Amino acid sequence: MSAGRRRPRAVSVLTHAFLVLFSLATIYPILQIVTVSLRPTDSLYSTSLALIPKNATLHAYWAILFEKQFLVWMRNSALVSLSVTVFGVVLASTAAYAFSRFRFLGWRLGLYSFLLTQLFPATMLMLPLYVLMKALHLLDTFAGLTIAYTATALPFCVWTMRGYYDTIPVELEQAALIDGCGPWTAFTRITLPLAAPALTITALFSFMSAWSEFLVARIVVSSLDLYTLPLGLESLAGVFQTEWANYAAGSLLVCVPVMALFVILNRWLVSGLSLGGVKG
Amino acid sequence: MNATIRAPRSFPYLLLLPAMAAMLLVVLFPLVYNFYLAFRNMSLYHFTDHRFVGLDQFREIFSQPVFYVLFGKSLLWTVVNVSLHLAIGLFLAVLLAGPVRGRAFYRTLLILPWAMPQYISALTWRGMFNYEYGAVNLILQRLHLPAVPWLSDPVWAFVAPVIVNVWLGFPFMMVVSLGALTAIPHDLYEAAELDGASAWHKFRHVTWPQILPVLTPAVLLGTIWTFNSMVVIWLVSQQGRPADQTHIMVTWIYKVAFAYYRYSYAAAFSVVVFLILLGFVVFTLRRTTPLESKT
Repeated sequence: MSAGRRRPRAVSVLTHAFLVLFSLATIYPILQIVTVSLRPTDSLYSTSLALIPKNATLHAYWAILFEKQFLVWMRNSALVSLSVTVFGVVLASTAAYAFSRFRFLGWRLGLYSFLLTQLFPATMLMLPLYVLMKALHLLDTFAGLTIAYTATALPFCVWTMRGYYDTIPVELEQAALIDGCGPWTAFTRITLPLAAPALTITALFSFMSAWSEFLVARIVVSSLDLYTLPLGLESLAGVFQTEWANYAAGSLLVCVPVMALFVILNRWLVSGLSLGGVKG
Repeated sequence: MNATIRAPRSFPYLLLLPAMAAMLLVVLFPLVYNFYLAFRNMSLYHFTDHRFVGLDQFREIFSQPVFYVLFGKSLLWTVVNVSLHLAIGLFLAVLLAGPVRGRAFYRTLLILPWAMPQYISALTWRGMFNYEYGAVNLILQRLHLPAVPWLSDPVWAFVAPVIVNVWLGFPFMMVVSLGALTAIPHDLYEAAELDGASAWHKFRHVTWPQILPVLTPAVLLGTIWTFNSMVVIWLVSQQGRPADQTHIMVTWIYKVAFAYYRYSYAAAFSVVVFLILLGFVVFTLRRTTPLESKT
């Protein structure tokens, strides 16, 4: 994008002033996590605003990794999130392709029913799923958690994928079909590779929605062995007095990879979102 | 454009089968079951021996003042959040769309709240709202302002989650606006400049009509998400403290269902919330067609 004319100096200064102000407000809470995680256990009650606390220590990181159940929570979260990702990508990539390339009986109804699910208050799905899972003895299992997460992630994934397929020229597949290729081969060999950005978004979205989910996990999971990261970290945050530094250290370990991934994939994410989610 | 391809009649149905089977089983069936529950009296005490009670649950909901209070709070929560998301997001996008040194750097910093898992944002802010040791009050004191009882006063305990939700929600609107702003063809501005348009005129007559088609669906989605969002209020106010006074409709339903075990009452309340949202969306889509920009 071209820079255009040079702006008056005052406008430029004011622009930077606002950007710095908002950036500070944005990163302060994140820095706060760093600060708290470095606090020694005897100064958790601190009224200091220093970014690096006095007698800073990495003890909380050691404690969270080796004394708490943190690694178990992480394994549980990874297991559930990966299952949700596999289901989300497989189910959404095929169904969305049907919606993009074919018009069939119930096309509109099917497509809009996915959209309609976004209108439901989460409890409208949570409560009946909970009652049904209780009846089927699926409560307190990873299967139950995976089912609930896939159900909530799927509609968004289908819409994103379908929006992206719509932007891929159909002539490519038509040419392949004329050359004697079957529709399934045309889909898997031509369209699917071209849809890599949308597949990434779908995978990432499914993974993240499960990785960071708290309220469903809270009702489905009850035994400590099956705690996912959000449940575990919340249990630490609840004990403000003693565990605050451990909570902060654990949060940071969870946050940093997620945020790095998000920032790296940001450009794809935005194009996937605006193509799939918004233009529809 | 002919968007379809030639294939056996059964092919699209085969593609749809797995996802549709999953949707029927884990979405549609539970939803139907929720409607069924709404007309019964299931609770912890009547978990297996519940019976049909007609519209009793709905009658109870509409006869209690708590419904009207929660409805007002849900509206307030949604309107305040969405307008601040849009105002801040659009403002920052306009700043970033111009020739600014360090744009990529600012942009990265400013989207971080979106990247952070919501529950961690909420829990961290709750710590920052602690009366004696939280950073927010400590900063206020350094500025010689009185400390605020963020988590114990019913009004402030509602303001606190609003602040958190504004903080974590504006980057989405910023990114959407920025995408729309950078897609505006430059010659439109050049033409406006030739006509001697002021900065405000350019925004009003070039920028705004160009970004409106992108902002409208984003705002519609944002409204639905915000109206239905629970985790921030739930965690910042610790399940509605003080004394269940910080709820909006959806967090109240969650509490009633999973802390007070009134399943059928909660199911009926969910139906009411769904109908409110459905009404809102039908009304909005009648006036604008944000999702039909392409056929």
